[in-house]
Amino acid sequence: MFTRVVISALFAGCIAGLAGGLLQLFFVQPVLLHAELYETGQLTHFGSSSSADTHHTDSTFDLTRDLLSLGFSMAIYVGYGLIITALMAFRLDNDDTISLRIISHRQGMIWGLAGFIAVQFAPSFGLPPEVPGVASTSLEARQIWWLATVLATAFGIWLIAFGRTPIVFALAILLILAPHVIGAPEPQILQGPVPPEIASHFASRALGVGMAAWIILGLCCSYFLAQPDPNND
Amino acid sequence: MTNLTISRSYSLNRLLPLILAIMLGVSVLAVAGHAQSPTLHGAAHDTRHATGFPCH
Repeated sequence: MFTRVVISALFAGCIAGLAGGLLQLFFVQPVLLHAELYETGQLTHFGSSSSADTHHTDSTFDLTRDLLSLGFSMAIYVGYGLIITALMAFRLDNDDTISLRIISHRQGMIWGLAGFIAVQFAPSFGLPPEVPGVASTSLEARQIWWLATVLATAFGIWLIAFGRTPIVFALAILLILAPHVIGAPEPQILQGPVPPEIASHFASRALGVGMAAWIILGLCCSYFLAQPDPNND
Repeated sequence: MTNLTISRSYSLNRLLPLILAIMLGVSVLAVAGHAQSPTLHGAAHDTRHATGFPCH
């Protein structure tokens, strides 16, 4: 089973990471590079040399940087793929109501959407996708809040999907709400040099690309996991 | 009692590979998403921003 999960996750993660990485280069990178011009002071918001150019056309093509982004995108989605495929296999092992012993590709897409909500959308509710130059608090505090939110949301979604009693459902809602009621670490001073138009565009693009990549990941994980195994492990 | 033991060891045998796969996934994510070595951070920078990891 280990081999099967790992190979499924490798294939699925590479495909989703490549698709997500290409979407990122095409849609997110121009906004990010535009924001970096403000971060480094080459453009200023409301300054004397205020930017006349409102288009994200300042992007320069940097092969090494873009290939590294693609590579890391694939690595990150292989990592997520390993976790989600293992959870799918666990579900197959422990649910007697799944008669065909596979997770269909439609269900796989829902798994992917749920994964997106758990690891990207829910943390973004408290810590919006960070455009370069944005003001923020200590990295460690944000990483802890991020991880706790991902774990609580993932467990909550799992309980909603597979729980059978109202109490479990109520517990799930509490788990999903708790990180946001407690609140994410917020900066004391707001001093980001990047215009709000660019920052919000960056956030919506990052979330949209993430959702697409995650749905592809869920689809591919369920597809590869359902392939007949010649060794019949 | 015997049945219970057999059933437990069986489910542990099924569970262990999945736990290992999850640990492998978490390690990959820890390196690609969270590790703060300057080289790694520079290389993964754009992807971390785009996938919502706390970066700086």
